[in-house]
Amino acid sequence: MSGDSPIRVVLAKLGLDGHDRGLKVVARILRDAGMEVIYLGLRQTTETIVDAVEQEDADVVGISMLNAGHLTLGPRIVDALADAGLDVPVVIGGIVPDEDRQALADAGVAGVLGPGAPAEEVVAGIRDAVATHGW
Amino acid sequence: MTGKTFRTLSGIPVEAVYGDGPLPGEFPYTRGVHPDMYRSRLWTMRMFAGFGTAEDTNTRFRELLRSGGTGLSTAFDMPTLMGRDSDHEWALGEVGRAGVAVDTVEDMADLFDGIDLGAVSTSMTINGPAPILLAMYVVVAEESGVERSRLAGTLQNDILKEYQAQKEYLFPPRPSVRLVTDAIRFTTAEMPRWNPVSVSGYHIREAGSTAAQELAFTLANGFAYVEAACAAGLSVDSFAPRLSFFFNSHVDFFEEVGKFRAARRIWAQWMRDRYGATDERSLKLRFHTQTAGVSLTAQQPEVNIARVALQALAGVMGGTQSLHTDSHDEALALPTAEAARIALRSQQVIAHETGVASVADPLGGSHYVEWMTDELERRAEEVFAHLDELGGGSLLEGVYAAIESGWFVGEIADASYRYEREVNAGDRIVVGVNAFTEGSDSRQAELLRIGQETEDLQCQRLDAVRRSRDDRAVAASLSRVASDAAEPTTNLLPALLEAVSVRATLGEVVEVLEGVFGTYVERTVV
Repeated sequence: MSGDSPIRVVLAKLGLDGHDRGLKVVARILRDAGMEVIYLGLRQTTETIVDAVEQEDADVVGISMLNAGHLTLGPRIVDALADAGLDVPVVIGGIVPDEDRQALADAGVAGVLGPGAPAEEVVAGIRDAVATHGW
Repeated sequence: MTGKTFRTLSGIPVEAVYGDGPLPGEFPYTRGVHPDMYRSRLWTMRMFAGFGTAEDTNTRFRELLRSGGTGLSTAFDMPTLMGRDSDHEWALGEVGRAGVAVDTVEDMADLFDGIDLGAVSTSMTINGPAPILLAMYVVVAEESGVERSRLAGTLQNDILKEYQAQKEYLFPPRPSVRLVTDAIRFTTAEMPRWNPVSVSGYHIREAGSTAAQELAFTLANGFAYVEAACAAGLSVDSFAPRLSFFFNSHVDFFEEVGKFRAARRIWAQWMRDRYGATDERSLKLRFHTQTAGVSLTAQQPEVNIARVALQALAGVMGGTQSLHTDSHDEALALPTAEAARIALRSQQVIAHETGVASVADPLGGSHYVEWMTDELERRAEEVFAHLDELGGGSLLEGVYAAIESGWFVGEIADASYRYEREVNAGDRIVVGVNAFTEGSDSRQAELLRIGQETEDLQCQRLDAVRRSRDDRAVAASLSRVASDAAEPTTNLLPALLEAVSVRATLGEVVEVLEGVFGTYVERTVV
């Protein structure tokens, strides 16, 4: 991406979990911070997320999971993006126990935002993921 | 009234209630639905539990009953809530993780193994596929020799709040409400001890609403179900006594107490004046309370024990009929057995040590509490007026219209964002999160982990049922489900009972219903 164009972020709930309060707040925080938010919303699959990243030319993907499925689904979305030739970082938000963070990092997840993360941390987490990733 | 004299810790005798009328047990029931409230009967200590396979959850149920829990409450996993079998591709990674996996009657049987269904009351938190799970419960009971008429419990079965807040819907709103009324008709005729709907504000609040919104949206949904059931041919007093409610108890103590009191008053007045109910039981709003999961912090999680105790106290001060207390580790994972026990013990301290259960509505007459009750009622009435206008004189149509336009989700998202901004700006203190953070970075305690092996085991269990059943009977039962579904005035429960009894799976029944009813995709409002 070029230096001054706004970060384009795809936000999605992956899987069946319908808790979207946190993701909606994050959408507004990121928008208020000047990012372009593509909000996919509920019940997305790895395929719908990969399609959106490709079509929207997104810089980063934020996935919200409060269903304890992150260790299964987190690596899957990273792999699916890589398989599609998309070098885009994935940040996971939601209920992720500390001890799972390393496993997610090893699987290529760029960042994890836990419960109660303040707005600055959310914005910084997305910016850092974009800045330190890829090309 | 009991003959026992109630005394304070220091020996002072106390009356069952103080103040002038209307007293507890008197219209409009602002002060409570029973004259002597907890003196004659404590609230039910109903702990919500569910994880892993049915056998795992059965073990937890038995532990809770042994520890003095007095009712059961079942948490289903996401695939079950969404009507998918454990081997469905969408179920990957979610089987048994956030609740218990139930695919067939066999799982339901294992879930309640060794528990006398004629003796306990059971609550099932299920909405989209609720009538199917109810059918499974009835079949399990009857196969173990307990007639359906003896079963006591509650089916959440509140689909409207799913479109507004929790988002666990399967079909579009109108056929979904038909399923709700089918369950009401069935239990009204055949299960007199069963509450067919638990009209739930809990999830509206958890999605980020204010207390006033929780109150208003929940009661509006309650009125909508009353209108739907009457339209299906029931008389209001035939079913209204078995409608129950479920509220959140959040951390602003007096606001919560006022909310519970206002809820009772509004319900009584509307049921009498608008819907013509005459049976006193139709006017009495009975409710379950759960402490606010959303208020729990991942930082310094032990502090949640104090939050939960205070929220539970507000529920009791508000006159709840049953109570679940959250476990302090729930911002991190499903509760461990130890954390669930501490949460139950907190209720027992309130019930047996503090003396608050000796006197009905002990806060009644407080200037602040009475003002708060009136103010929340006033704010709720504004919402009812808006919905009534949207619906052209029908709350049911008003609720449908506001779901369709995204009004509810928009209102809730605005409230949620406003709160987050206040916390972020430091205008609201959350202990351990934006103040008093020493200790917030300490290691997390031991968590309950549900591994991938649960998913594999559950898929094997499902496979075993599929291999041992009579496939022709299953196919025949599913085609009856389809034909009955296509007939809007036919009650689906008999067909559902037949299907699950021949071991049709939850996912199979839901797919058949989707074929008739279609699916629902929400209008996204951010």
